[in-house]
Amino acid sequence: MFRRSEQDKRPQVQIFVDGVAVAARQGDTVSAALLASGRDARRSTAVSGAPRLPYCMMGVCFDCLVTIDGVGNRQGCLVPVAEGMQIEIQKGKREIGK
Amino acid sequence: MTVAPRREDYDVVVIGAGPAGLAAAATSAEAGLSTLLLDENIGPGGQVFRAISSTPVTERDQLGADYWVGADLVQTLRASNAEVIQRATVWSLDRNLEIAVSIGGASAFIKAKRVILATGALERPFPIPGWTLPGVMTAGAAQTMLKSSAMVPDGRTVIAGQGPLLWLLAAQILRLGGRIDRILDTTERGNYFAALPHAFAFLTSPYFAKGLSMMREVKAKVQVVSGLTELAAAGDGQLASVSYVAGGKRETIPADLLLLHQGVVPNVNLAMAAGIEHRWDDLQLCWSPVLDASGNSSVAGIAIAGDGAGIGGANAAVVRGRIAARAAVEALAPASAAKLPATATLRAELAKAERGRLFLDTLFRPAPQFRIPSDDTIVCRCEEVTAKDVLDSVAIGATGPNQLKAYRRTGMGPCQGRLCGLTVTELMAQARGKTPQEIGYYRLRAPVKPITLAELAAVPKSEADVKAVVRG
Repeated sequence: MFRRSEQDKRPQVQIFVDGVAVAARQGDTVSAALLASGRDARRSTAVSGAPRLPYCMMGVCFDCLVTIDGVGNRQGCLVPVAEGMQIEIQKGKREIGK
Repeated sequence: MTVAPRREDYDVVVIGAGPAGLAAAATSAEAGLSTLLLDENIGPGGQVFRAISSTPVTERDQLGADYWVGADLVQTLRASNAEVIQRATVWSLDRNLEIAVSIGGASAFIKAKRVILATGALERPFPIPGWTLPGVMTAGAAQTMLKSSAMVPDGRTVIAGQGPLLWLLAAQILRLGGRIDRILDTTERGNYFAALPHAFAFLTSPYFAKGLSMMREVKAKVQVVSGLTELAAAGDGQLASVSYVAGGKRETIPADLLLLHQGVVPNVNLAMAAGIEHRWDDLQLCWSPVLDASGNSSVAGIAIAGDGAGIGGANAAVVRGRIAARAAVEALAPASAAKLPATATLRAELAKAERGRLFLDTLFRPAPQFRIPSDDTIVCRCEEVTAKDVLDSVAIGATGPNQLKAYRRTGMGPCQGRLCGLTVTELMAQARGKTPQEIGYYRLRAPVKPITLAELAAVPKSEADVKAVVRG
């Protein structure tokens, strides 16, 4: 859906998506890194389980909700990636304890 | 890594580090007022100047000269004494000018003598069939990825809608080597005639030449279809095609990515939650705060600057930021105001920056069918409520957006009405034969962004706080 421009010379950052290593770039948001990864990053909604991807990328739509380092319902579009970050695609509502 | 505010009290707290907030905070700090700038994003710039300090796009022409203006604003701010905190989400502002802000998962409470809200705009909801499908995004979303991560669309890409941002985005995508298969222009034919009386101001504004050359640049490379009267996205769990009607002819094209845009509207959540009076703007089709010429709102001590004060664009936002900050300086440190540009000078700059706006607002006033959906089209994305659900609720007695919450939970999901509020107001107004002003909007309250109970529980409490709620 998206690809990186060749002029992007930012250093790589390794994150893990559902346990699989994914190369991101320093300064990417979690949502941008997921969309560029080519992986199926669709979450599913709490109400009907419908698949969704980020819609606004600016913190207002909440369709980028994702579990980051064990904490659910984070807005992936507002969180920068960090080395070793563990991301889980959130299916349905936030789980108790996450 | 995250930093809490250094003080509990400030002369001026500015919320939002876009064009208006950057200008306001720098002006206030330069005049010697203790100034705190809080911003939710990773870096300063807001949407227009997003990632201005960190963008990996090194070829300056690709983003355009208007973008790099933001670097000067950030530099001026950094040279001032203003305290700046990024990734700070303000979740409460009240009439006592008390602010609650979440930073790194912990909340802090601060008090201001004056607050300048510069929370900007968000893209108008574009509720067409299939707009919740993965692969359908806003044009602004694509622009965010382009500016902050140098990412461009590379699948079959369709851009649909209208307005200056749409053409700017298309030009930027093409310059960075991205792919656009087709542009679908939803501008209503009748709008061209309606906008004609305002054309002179626009033709003599700087927007005209820039807009024209950008449209030429895009049209030379991409097929543009204009006069759309219908638009829908379709696919099974993922966008597969876009269908539209133009000139009475229906066409369906395969697509991996659909970028939607029909203008921007003020981001009202924090202002409304603070109790600031808003009115329906029948030209811009949104809620705008009631403000005086210095941006002061109906709540004493709170001013609004930038697109949150009514859509005016980035140049106007900068000047509005300076006007609001000057008013704060006049109120708190009148002697320092003499050093700042005179009010009359700023007002003249604002008039210049707003030149041509009436033309753009009239030309790009979105058509009813793209604002007020029908049948099974989703209105509230969070709670997955359709237009038919809303109309059924009206039929059995729901009178306005607040009653509708009890029927359907519209606006009660995490986005708190940001993606459905305008649609619900207009849909209910149409169904009940009332004006949007009469129908009203959701009653917004803190927290305006979700925070966890754990974060609330961890807030430091005084003995008096505990006594107020504990029995015996």
